[in-house]
Amino acid sequence: MIEIQARHRLGAFTLDVALESRGPTLALFGPSGAGKTTLLNIVAGLTRPQEGRVIIDGVTFLDSAAAVELSPRARRVGYVFQELRLFPHLKVEGNLLYGRRFTPHAKPVVDFDQAVEILGLRPLLARRPGRLSGGEKQRVAIGRALLADPRVLLLDEPLAALDDARRAEILAYIEKLRAAFAIPIVFVSHRLSEVERIADDIAILENGRIVARQPTPRP
Amino acid sequence: MWASALLAPFSPQEWTAILLSLKVATIGMFVSLPFGVAIAFLLARRDFPGKGVLNGIVHLPLVLPPVVTGWLLLLGFGRQGPLGAVFADCCGLVFSFRWTGAALAAGVMGFPLMVRAIRLSLEAVVVRLEQAAETLGARPVLVFATITLPLAAPGIVAGMILAFARAIGEFGATITFVANIPGETQTIATALYSATQIPGGEAIALRLTIVAVTIAFAALLAAEVLAARVSRRAMEL
Repeated sequence: MIEIQARHRLGAFTLDVALESRGPTLALFGPSGAGKTTLLNIVAGLTRPQEGRVIIDGVTFLDSAAAVELSPRARRVGYVFQELRLFPHLKVEGNLLYGRRFTPHAKPVVDFDQAVEILGLRPLLARRPGRLSGGEKQRVAIGRALLADPRVLLLDEPLAALDDARRAEILAYIEKLRAAFAIPIVFVSHRLSEVERIADDIAILENGRIVARQPTPRP
Repeated sequence: MWASALLAPFSPQEWTAILLSLKVATIGMFVSLPFGVAIAFLLARRDFPGKGVLNGIVHLPLVLPPVVTGWLLLLGFGRQGPLGAVFADCCGLVFSFRWTGAALAAGVMGFPLMVRAIRLSLEAVVVRLEQAAETLGARPVLVFATITLPLAAPGIVAGMILAFARAIGEFGATITFVANIPGETQTIATALYSATQIPGGEAIALRLTIVAVTIAFAALLAAEVLAARVSRRAMEL
């Protein structure tokens, strides 16, 4: 269950959003500049809204009315940034394991071998991010976020930089992940075809506001 | 006569000066390194009142006549100086007219170059990567140790090399602060100066010049290669 409410003004732009997801995979859909990434940053704790409330699976990340605010590292989100932000000085394996040592569980929920298998990363483990293709980098970024044992996966335009064939491939990986691990996903995209395929619940953002929900809420 | 003088092995006094130069430059560089990293980090990443003043003080040895720096060191760290007295009382560490003072002068004179190189490399490390590490659960100290420091490492090493090379070339501050005592404070530069002051010292001067040029040139080449690596890393992101 994902509950996000935020009001945040940045220059002429105002983000004013309140939504509760109705399924484990929530898609934020809208044109660029609609405030999708800002919303993800608020969930991750990288942007502090002037006012807001973020609750993921019963854990309060932020409640400005109650002066509750978890640090980004205490939130344990698996954030796949649009520009990926892989660590260039670490091999793929080092990237994947980076968040591993900070997880609070003795036995992590997400199994390393299983994640590596699902994402097809086995042959890449000893390579450096600089030597990977776009699709490979994308899979490494998803794996790195997943292996940190996150409470929620935040995927920011995970398909935008890819060609059609790669896009279908990554989409298939994400669907497999959804089936294999019970981790809620917030998925940001500006293409309706992607979000329709993957999401249980779609919020359409425009100019900082939610203009529609799909499927439309039952009366 | 010139050729045979150049090819002759180093005299004990020359060896002493060369080894002392290396020792003084190395120790000065390593002792100033933690301070250099800390100040470079402050200048690169933090905003605070007096930042411009700190930046100015750090760079002063670069623009002041070295004699002035040496004189200030003598005032501060000499036997009668306030800091000199503190170090003498607490740890028996005396600077004036000792090789330790030469190391201090070397560290101070190399410091601006070190801070500059480290600061540039820290600025080249993308803050967004540090944010990514934070979302993955790393606390700030670990973000610094596992992301910032390794990515800035070539620049830090380049800064160390530049500081070392500057220390090898140090003359004015050293001779003002700790004089030119063979076996204690006489470095390549001050030994060379002595050699030029005595009749028939040209051969010694030339040999020491070649040593100084070789060390300096090797250091500059190494720093250049490492700086190129920093910018390549930055491009890869």
